[in-house]
Amino acid sequence: MKLANHLNPNIFTDKLEKAPNRDGFGEGLLAAGQKDSQVVALSADLTESTRVNLFAEAFPDRFVQCGVAEQNMASVASGLAAVGKVPFIASYAMFSPGRNWEQIRTTVAYNDQNVKIIGAHSGVSVGPDGATHQAIEDIAIMRVMPNMIVIAPADTHEAKKAVLFAAAHKGPVYIRLGRSPVPVVTTTGSPFELGKAQLLMEPDSSARNRTGIVTTGSLLYEALCAAKELNEAGFGVSVLHMPTIKPLDESALVRLAEESDLLITLEEHQVAGGLGGAVAEFLSERRPVKIVRLGVHDEFGQSGEPEELVAHYGMDRKTVVETVKNAFSREKLKVL
Amino acid sequence: MYYLSDSEVDKLEAKAAEIRQSVIEMLVAAGSGHTAGPLGMADIFTLLYFSVLRQDPKNPDWPERDRLVLSNGHICPVLYATLAHRGYFDTTELLTLRKFGSRLQGHPHRGSLPGIETSSGPLGSGLSQAVGMAMGLRMDNPYTSQYVYCLMSDGELQEGQSWEAAMLAGKERLHNLIVIVDRNAIQIDGYTEDVMPLEPLREKFESWNFDVQEIDGHNIRMVADAIGKAQAVYSQPSVIIAHTIPGKGVDIFERDFHWHGNPPGKGPENRVKKGDQAKEALRKLRTLSGSLTNSEDK
Repeated sequence: MKLANHLNPNIFTDKLEKAPNRDGFGEGLLAAGQKDSQVVALSADLTESTRVNLFAEAFPDRFVQCGVAEQNMASVASGLAAVGKVPFIASYAMFSPGRNWEQIRTTVAYNDQNVKIIGAHSGVSVGPDGATHQAIEDIAIMRVMPNMIVIAPADTHEAKKAVLFAAAHKGPVYIRLGRSPVPVVTTTGSPFELGKAQLLMEPDSSARNRTGIVTTGSLLYEALCAAKELNEAGFGVSVLHMPTIKPLDESALVRLAEESDLLITLEEHQVAGGLGGAVAEFLSERRPVKIVRLGVHDEFGQSGEPEELVAHYGMDRKTVVETVKNAFSREKLKVL
Repeated sequence: MYYLSDSEVDKLEAKAAEIRQSVIEMLVAAGSGHTAGPLGMADIFTLLYFSVLRQDPKNPDWPERDRLVLSNGHICPVLYATLAHRGYFDTTELLTLRKFGSRLQGHPHRGSLPGIETSSGPLGSGLSQAVGMAMGLRMDNPYTSQYVYCLMSDGELQEGQSWEAAMLAGKERLHNLIVIVDRNAIQIDGYTEDVMPLEPLREKFESWNFDVQEIDGHNIRMVADAIGKAQAVYSQPSVIIAHTIPGKGVDIFERDFHWHGNPPGKGPENRVKKGDQAKEALRKLRTLSGSLTNSEDK
């Protein structure tokens, strides 16, 4: 089993730190603002929670408090971009891009304006707030939009890199963040490149029953832990981390499909239309392979602690391990 | 303030009549589209593009230009006709409206055609974009005299987003934002006050901290004066509620909400049969145009 050498040295130990990836967004936005005076930020009454407060305190003249009005916020950002600004709009993903999807489609994407949309509090790991605040459809609704880039960073370091990328990139970008602290798997030195997936774990070349786990966003550590356990149990499991969902890293997926008997997609999102949907759509045309999509299956979320919700909806390491073991058990093998 | 001489007013009125003729010809060629709004706003578009806006048709992306946001994109035939008459592109292209491959999309698309500041059609988002533009220009220069004009319909004030935008404009005291509401009192389903009353409209805008003027939207001199005053208001955004007659210039279309979304040839037959609607409209406008030109000669 081989692990990418740029990951946190504390990985798989009790010392592995946790942080919400919105922290990385806040730091990245501040850094982007320091680098480029055209960067501006807009909030819809969730300034501290989305971590825009760091930017707002440093650059009060470049911060726009829109009040609880996400639809207006999206189109105001379009207008700001039209006169040369680089606006970041931040809210919870359920409200932006949830509530203001049409404004984003028409005034940002169709207009091809340079607006960055930050959807915090995605996934069921939002926790106790419950289903109304748990966006598990946002990848689907954003990746069907022409001109839009969709990124779901795994942790705080990657979120910061994604934000700095977005600030320097000309065109609409959606960045999906979570609420809860998640393991800081990557380091400041880990690579981030638009449209590039990263093979973070590879099995021994002799291993059989080969599985490729494709994951995005906050479940990366669950995928790595499951893969480690399976590799140690004699399975051959890779982990392909896909922080960019659109554009999809097609060559990495084809390579993984060619080397695998089974692919598993893992995301805190509906299995319809999300990463699993994107991977299945693409590979069914280019390189068909058996795919099991792990995520939420056409249900709403509910209140609870993040870990128990992730487990309940079948997105934790235990579910991944069971899925692989079942798939390669004597009876199930026939379906592969 | 805009001082317009009598001869300037005459010239603008004649130009507006030409633009109305183009609108009718475009709609007939397209076979679909909106008639009442474009005709009703022809005077205001003519005044803005031929007298008020700081712009350069040969350099449509000039950064120092004033911005004009058309929020109710469905009246784009009058925008396209005005842009063409002003020299942004050739008037022959007007007859491609709504056709496959045309730069004149059924609703405006930014990037397709020079002079289009934003894509619009879904109602209620133009004012937000205008607010963003005005704020961005003011961030670069707090004393900016670059103005952002937002032209919007009365019906789209039923969209909540319009008021979200108005709230922000008032809060930010956007002196460089000038909104012109086409108060023609009709929308697709009927008269605005029947469908969803907007009155008292003046008070609504005043409560969001706008300077409000109400004028006759066909009196070019009055519109020019109102814009001049709006530019002089320093600590507030401005709105000009322009009372207009839907279908203005062609009596068979005027004041009837059935002409909101129908082109000549497909409208109600209570006044003129479908087959004669386009011909009749052009005859009226050419007569009007001729009399305006003659009065100028005198």
